[in-house]
Amino acid sequence: MITGARGKLRACLGGKVETIMLTADRVLAAGIMVLSVYFMWHASALPIGWNGMTGGPGGGAFPFWLSGIMFLCAGGIVLRSFKDSAPFAKDDTPFFDPDTLRSVVVVTLALTATVAALPFAGAYIAIPMFLLWYLKIYGKHGWVLTGALTICTPVFLFFFFEVTLKILLPKGWTEPWFFPLYARFF
Amino acid sequence: MTLKLTRRLSLALAASAALAATAPAFASDWKPSKPVEMVIMAGQGGGADRLARLFQSIIQKENLASMPILPVNKGGGSGAEALRYLKDKEGDNHVIMATLNSLYTTPLRTDIGVNIEEFTPIARMALDTFVLWVNADSDIYTLDDYVAAVRASGGQWKMGGTGTGQEDSLVTSMLENEFGLEITYVPFKGGGDVAKNLVGGHIDSTVNNPSEQLGFFTAGKSRPIATFTPTRLAAFPDTPTMTELGHELVYDMQRSFVAPAGMAPEAVAYYTEMFEKLNASEEWQTYTSEKSLAPDFLTGDALGEYFLVEREKHASLLEMSEQGS
Amino acid sequence: MELLGYLGEGFATSLMPINILIVMIGVTAGLFIGAMPGLGSVNGVAIVLPITFIVPPSSAIILLCAIYYGAMYGGAISSILLGIPGASTAVATTFDGRPMAQQGKAGLALIAAAAASFVGGTISVVLFTLFAVPLADVALAFGPAEEFALVLLAFTTFVGLGGDDVLKTIIMICLGLVLSAVGLDLISGDPRLIFFDQPGFYSGISFLVLAIGIYGVGEILYTIETQKSAPQVTPAKITFRELWYGLKEINKLWKTMSFGSFLGFFVGMLPAAGATPAALMSYGIAKLLSKKPETFGKGAIEGVAAPETANNAASTGSLLPMLTLGIPGSPTTALLLGGMVMWGLVPGPMLFIEQPDFVWGLISSLYTANLFAVLVNLALIPLFVWALRMPFTVLCSLVFVLCLVGGFAPSQKLHDVWLIVGFGVVGYVLRKADYPMAPLVLALVLGPLMERSFRQTLIAEQGNMMAFVERPISGTFMAIAALFFVLPMLKHVKRLLRRDLSPAE
Repeated sequence: MITGARGKLRACLGGKVETIMLTADRVLAAGIMVLSVYFMWHASALPIGWNGMTGGPGGGAFPFWLSGIMFLCAGGIVLRSFKDSAPFAKDDTPFFDPDTLRSVVVVTLALTATVAALPFAGAYIAIPMFLLWYLKIYGKHGWVLTGALTICTPVFLFFFFEVTLKILLPKGWTEPWFFPLYARFF
Repeated sequence: MTLKLTRRLSLALAASAALAATAPAFASDWKPSKPVEMVIMAGQGGGADRLARLFQSIIQKENLASMPILPVNKGGGSGAEALRYLKDKEGDNHVIMATLNSLYTTPLRTDIGVNIEEFTPIARMALDTFVLWVNADSDIYTLDDYVAAVRASGGQWKMGGTGTGQEDSLVTSMLENEFGLEITYVPFKGGGDVAKNLVGGHIDSTVNNPSEQLGFFTAGKSRPIATFTPTRLAAFPDTPTMTELGHELVYDMQRSFVAPAGMAPEAVAYYTEMFEKLNASEEWQTYTSEKSLAPDFLTGDALGEYFLVEREKHASLLEMSEQGS
Repeated sequence: MELLGYLGEGFATSLMPINILIVMIGVTAGLFIGAMPGLGSVNGVAIVLPITFIVPPSSAIILLCAIYYGAMYGGAISSILLGIPGASTAVATTFDGRPMAQQGKAGLALIAAAAASFVGGTISVVLFTLFAVPLADVALAFGPAEEFALVLLAFTTFVGLGGDDVLKTIIMICLGLVLSAVGLDLISGDPRLIFFDQPGFYSGISFLVLAIGIYGVGEILYTIETQKSAPQVTPAKITFRELWYGLKEINKLWKTMSFGSFLGFFVGMLPAAGATPAALMSYGIAKLLSKKPETFGKGAIEGVAAPETANNAASTGSLLPMLTLGIPGSPTTALLLGGMVMWGLVPGPMLFIEQPDFVWGLISSLYTANLFAVLVNLALIPLFVWALRMPFTVLCSLVFVLCLVGGFAPSQKLHDVWLIVGFGVVGYVLRKADYPMAPLVLALVLGPLMERSFRQTLIAEQGNMMAFVERPISGTFMAIAALFFVLPMLKHVKRLLRRDLSPAE
């Protein structure tokens, strides 16, 4: 929405025809086309036609033909992008903001590392580590705030999710540390 | 075979009685050190889920376990998800699984790399029964009426049930096979949905469990035609069994608990004892008699044998139903 | 008048001091559980259910109703403040609730949501009291064909209004529908679309995973990039005067709210449909009837009130098929049903005759729970608004943690947490290229019901497509759906014609 509005603004000011946004739009549409072919291949493991015996379409028909529509629409976007009137045709902003792209990538990596650590180190190591990194190193907050949140969040998680809602979070090799807590609170 | 089974059964009973006697000694050896996960092979809200949660609440109320039992639904792929999960939990002493007949049918229908023989059998709590139902507004009163009506419809007779390849569809194909009928099978999401569609007149008959139709039956909106049980059900004394009518059609749904492969024997003993106490509880006994469940308690190796016999039976049933369609 | 007697007795019980205390605890707990992304009334009810066998049944019902209502109110809180719908019923609330929060009107949006929920809850409980028994027959008349027509109607009321890129909207709808097909084909019982043979896909892709991924992780990544770490929202302040102003503002929404209540109650009453289509249809219709439809999606207060009245009304409505037919319309009512069975009650048509004290005790608890839910909610609004004033990096890190833990909690699968991160990144990239997200999320919610009812009808009718049009109820719905589809186009044509006539353009 916001990007679109900005695009229109640039369009009024006039710009180049071959923009980064246009390329990105094409790449994404092509990606969707590939994805739909993958879906269609998967769905065709089940009957995709009209099943005369039972009446109605087979089990793979719904995902198969919808992926087909997706493929056609994405193809339409690629074709459309060669016309002058295409959306983004006059939008010369870069697809990613170079100043902040680094932050996005770093945060995504940190998040991925946290999830990867969950089954081994457990939620009570991975999540405080994430908070510590995010608040102290990325957010440059003081030690008091960082320390308070890094300690209070796991305590809250334990009492809210485990003790109250009886939803156990992954613990990995920290599991034995919790046996006394279980014995005390359950 | 019947004889052999009976002997096994009595052996099992003796074994479980012996186990019950020695259980306290076992119980002191091992206790769960963290909450126990109770995997449910079905989604939230179905019959299997409700029963599993009933067990959980009785265990909690009667204080039968030292740690909470936490139900987790893994109903995906007709229980395939739960089976794969249990397989990955090999040697874990803190997981048990509430099963139904998809324990056999799902691995038989699709290759998911699970062999149920490897699981540790814990306890069979009950056998759920099946009854043939029609809408109370129809003029079908007997099995003969029913067969005649299905024949007259010329293949347009609509039987509602749970997903294809699951219990209801197997019972339907047993019916088709026995009477040489042609029935249109319409799968629904759950037993409650099926029951409602029968009363609403969207389908012509069902093979619901008694508990699913009980509400409508007491309101006089649905009518039982015959039961797929060896003997008449106490809740429906006037409804004949299929066997009585000269058709050997018996089918039931087991409600058992299994544990992952390689569970420590002490842990197995602990859970077996827990379910024994559960089986003896007043709540459970009242529930089974009200809901027409057969509380056939079975544990240990005898249960393992039972699973294998049932798997054979389902393999041939599935083959039959696939030929039929 | 027998009815009033039972209701009076029910009130006498539910207004006892001890029970009022129970209601307060239940509502507050429900509110916090509902406000947590990923958790909803189903978690609250699941955890309280075993406890209810220890306390007397009358108090147990009160506690369950209080949690149920509290969580329904709470769902709107995370939709408005964080833009993450905690439950599928609250998706429509994000469309305008989130923009309002970004404009610094979080307090007003929260008040509107609370007031709307209260109106929806109250009107529907009154409808329930008066018509519960006769309406059961309406629910029975709904077979697969009618369900399909209803879902189609819900889709068109929403999609017909879209102002986004048409090709991209279609792609997102199709993608949502394809993702909704992952898992199991109910009709044949075969697994399908099990990507990379991951067992996690057997249970399909849950709405919560997609919503938390896209609206939680994706949204924050988007904000990090576009806002350059500056605060994403205008800090909202809340004073007593603003509260009063808010309530006056809401007074103008009577039309939207009463329509939403009736619609919500009737759609919620239909088994299988539930509160999500109700909230969407209410939003769509409010936009259609509005004098200023262009403000929708940009922070229109009606856009918050309409879905919130409808989803609360629908959650009361969904108790109707549970009590009268024994069919749960949602996972939460399924658990409540399980609870009733354990108390030795047989849900079904006879329940109202055999156990009137239970039924009317439940209804009177609904009245009290609703009243206390709105009071507790209004009292806590300043606290929630204050939470938004935290520094952006602090809020972000906490929301990330809530997304991970909240995504794990419902299914307890790490598979889902990975999907959340994946959907977050993909959603972030697609959003930058103007792909709309709401159609994707809604298609995922409505997809399974749509496919199943479509195929069930065709099997039952031997492949006769006309079945959808021939049956009176589904035929009517199909006609209205067609109307909704055509109406926006007509408006468009009219606008084009007018533009042609005026030479100044």
